[in-house]
Amino acid sequence: MKILVCISNVPDTTTKIKIAEGNASIDTAGIQWVINPWDELSLTRALELKDDQLTGVKSVTVAHVGPASSEPTIRKALAIGADDAIRVNADSPDAYFVAAQLAEVIRKEQFDMVMCGIESSDFNGSNVGGMISEFLSLPSVSAVSAINFEGGNPVLTRDIDGGKEIVAISAPFVAIVQKGIAKEPRIAAMRGIMLARTKPVKVLEPIDIEPLTQIVSIEKPSSRPGCKFIDAANPAQLIELLKNEAKVI
Amino acid sequence: MSVLVYTENWDGKFKKLSYELVSYASAVANMMNNTVTALSIGKVGDDELKKLGGYGAQKILNVDIDLLTALDNQAYTSVIAEIARKENAQVIIISNNNTGKALAPRLSVRLKAGVGSGVSKLPLSTNPFTVYKRAYSGNAFAHMVIKSDIKILTLAQNSFELTETPNNSTVEKAAISVDASLVKTKVKDVKKQTGKILLTDADIVVSGGRGMKSPDNWGPLVELADALGGATACSRPVSDEGWRPHEEHTGQTGKIIAPNLYLAVGISGATQHLAGISSSKYIVAINSDKDAPIFEAAQYGIVGDAMKILPQLITAVKELKK
Repeated sequence: MKILVCISNVPDTTTKIKIAEGNASIDTAGIQWVINPWDELSLTRALELKDDQLTGVKSVTVAHVGPASSEPTIRKALAIGADDAIRVNADSPDAYFVAAQLAEVIRKEQFDMVMCGIESSDFNGSNVGGMISEFLSLPSVSAVSAINFEGGNPVLTRDIDGGKEIVAISAPFVAIVQKGIAKEPRIAAMRGIMLARTKPVKVLEPIDIEPLTQIVSIEKPSSRPGCKFIDAANPAQLIELLKNEAKVI
Repeated sequence: MSVLVYTENWDGKFKKLSYELVSYASAVANMMNNTVTALSIGKVGDDELKKLGGYGAQKILNVDIDLLTALDNQAYTSVIAEIARKENAQVIIISNNNTGKALAPRLSVRLKAGVGSGVSKLPLSTNPFTVYKRAYSGNAFAHMVIKSDIKILTLAQNSFELTETPNNSTVEKAAISVDASLVKTKVKDVKKQTGKILLTDADIVVSGGRGMKSPDNWGPLVELADALGGATACSRPVSDEGWRPHEEHTGQTGKIIAPNLYLAVGISGATQHLAGISSSKYIVAINSDKDAPIFEAAQYGIVGDAMKILPQLITAVKELKK
């Protein structure tokens, strides 16, 4: 079984977001770029499955749509343990464009299981994984919090409102994963970092696709009015304020 | 032309989420001079279906096919896309919950329709079709133009007021068939959480962080949530430590919620945590550290020891509810 893990790179989640002049994008000066947290967990689970010989997973490839400047993110994924990587040499104007590029990669290279994080922490769209599935007419399961193999067959756990469902599926398919899929992201060891330097990264040129959406401006959320402090000696006053002032209880 | 809204039912009953979606669809339809068609998949009685009309749906379509008992993304996408074509839908509205996240992107490709994900307000304009959406996990908001003929919007839960309207709706069974070969997933087992208020549904959420010091201290927090008729949640370190189940983790990589009242106890308020709760109407913080960043996000705060404060809050709530 060949696994493809789709990764995007996003500002470190502790970044204080600043808006760039012109209000059309964020100010990227000084931003530390990291692998999108859900994609990192997804990669970790893919590698765990490869480590377990009973699963029959032979290789883990990562794919990314981004310009040459995103190469460090790809090297990081290779250092964590991916076998090889594919980069589609393009900016990412919207999810539809990115998904179309990744679908093309999958059409060419053929994978049995494609893993995508359920969302990226920049535009929080939750779109790319589902779009790839539809471009390729592959079955997909979303909100997957566990992937296991039973007698060589993949069994996924998906979260539904108020519970979990255990879903059986046959390869090839797309798993759109969320938190819980792996306990903690795997960290690159020194040996992995050394090895990553020589692992193959294939660069493909994008196919021609018209994006369906466009970000025209970005703004900071309106700030909340200041905090009203209640004396710790009289907490009951909080309940009174929530009842009569905020009117939420 | 119509606005198509995909509703969800649980065991044949609609939850608040579906009425919220229909209310929103009705407001969008007003902006565009369109009618609202509501689609419901599953076994739902006519009386229950008719309730959607009370929030602005003119036409209510029910698809009741045994093959669609469990969510199969491909099969459901086919059904919704076919109805969208028949109804000449210009806008399709779906929840931004797990089901919506599974279906919206597939529909997007099927219908070549751009998606505005996680919207919490009406479109800013309909020509160009511009939506206001969360970005950078709530640290920014974006104006996004959807350029395609058909638009898909996924609505953030608890973000739109229910709006009742006179009920002038018709209920119909949709004439539609599904080929069994389309269904490629099989649900082998379902583990339902029972008897508790769903975190994503709750109007009031009481949440604990590392400041609670030990899993043994959760008693009063749960009691306060019960007294308020709310759900319990926790921060990431707490679920990582195994003090509370993962299902309770709210924050950037956990659940994203928007209750009317979010009471954060012993939570310092890291950016990643705020990303999951910043859309709450009221945030209340109880923390022993007066410099904790949670107080910058909160409207009400108490600086002090949670284990002393919680029992007094419980007494005050019980007094109030008498």
